[in-house]
Amino acid sequence: MTTPLQMTAKLRTPVGGRDHVRGPVDAPVTLVQYGDFQCRFCGAAYPNLVELGRQRADVVRLVYRHFPIANVHPYAESAAEMAEAAARRDRFWEMHDWLYEHQDQLDPVHLSLGVAQLGLPADELAAEVGRQEYGDRVRQDFVSGIRSGVNGTPTLFVDDVRHDGGYDLAELLAVVDAAANA
Amino acid sequence: MTELHGLIPAGSAAPDFTLPATPEGHRTGPGRYAGRPVVLAFYPADWSPVCSDQMSLYQAALPEFERYDAALLGVSVDGIWSHRAFAQQRGITFPLLADFEPKGEVSRRYGAYTGQGVSARALVVLDPAGTVAWSQLSPDDVNPGADGILDALERLGADRRVTAR
Repeated sequence: MTTPLQMTAKLRTPVGGRDHVRGPVDAPVTLVQYGDFQCRFCGAAYPNLVELGRQRADVVRLVYRHFPIANVHPYAESAAEMAEAAARRDRFWEMHDWLYEHQDQLDPVHLSLGVAQLGLPADELAAEVGRQEYGDRVRQDFVSGIRSGVNGTPTLFVDDVRHDGGYDLAELLAVVDAAANA
Repeated sequence: MTELHGLIPAGSAAPDFTLPATPEGHRTGPGRYAGRPVVLAFYPADWSPVCSDQMSLYQAALPEFERYDAALLGVSVDGIWSHRAFAQQRGITFPLLADFEPKGEVSRRYGAYTGQGVSARALVVLDPAGTVAWSQLSPDDVNPGADGILDALERLGADRRVTAR
């Protein structure tokens, strides 16, 4: 079989209990982001997504899934696993925000300081990450992305349909509003 | 303008070839992976100016290809030294083949060559017998991702299990 040129990629792994979600559970619009904490394009999209969540607090819920391109971003994998270690302590989003706000500080020493700054036991988390306790969890996100047509980061899905546009606030607001009124 | 209708279709016998894979002159090609599925990823050029380019993505996705015992080969008209520097910078460990002399000859045989003198962005999945199982041409500026490849490999795996019964 030969696949036709342009196909709209669809999210193949539905949002579920294992996902990191912020925003109301019954929000009319779900936005799933595949991201890499060391990717500067994700870093550029981050404040817009936060602002989107603030301005459309009742409309949109944000879901974050890991998509580290480790061969290009050497700290992306450990940052993702550290976020999972924080998630085990119900602190995923705080860690997520810290990582995107300190993208130039993802090396082990600074990362550890950041974890401590959040009031988490840095040595304990580092040991868990060192034992790769969260490697499978991060990999599962990555594979779900690969199978859904994620071809780089950031990639967003708006209600399961890949968003092939940009990430500035105006466009994100327009996309969410269109989905809410669909 | 890409030759949109020229890409080798599913069901065709894949032309065998070898191309230089290293500056030392080591050559490889699909025939060296007989009995395994082979993924050929033709792409226009090393050094595309984005941080998650197609070949970097495939490196990250390599364990998924390996679950299907598939071999992955990148092909462009770049020379072997460009390939080596590109591979080192992006952490790429699968072979990048230089379709450099005669320029683009292998890409042409697969219908994956453009009027601009570079390989098209085209994916071709070969079954273990060397028949094209799936192929896809993408616009030069669109990273096709890996989902189409993995779907094709999955179908091959399913077919093989059915055959084995």
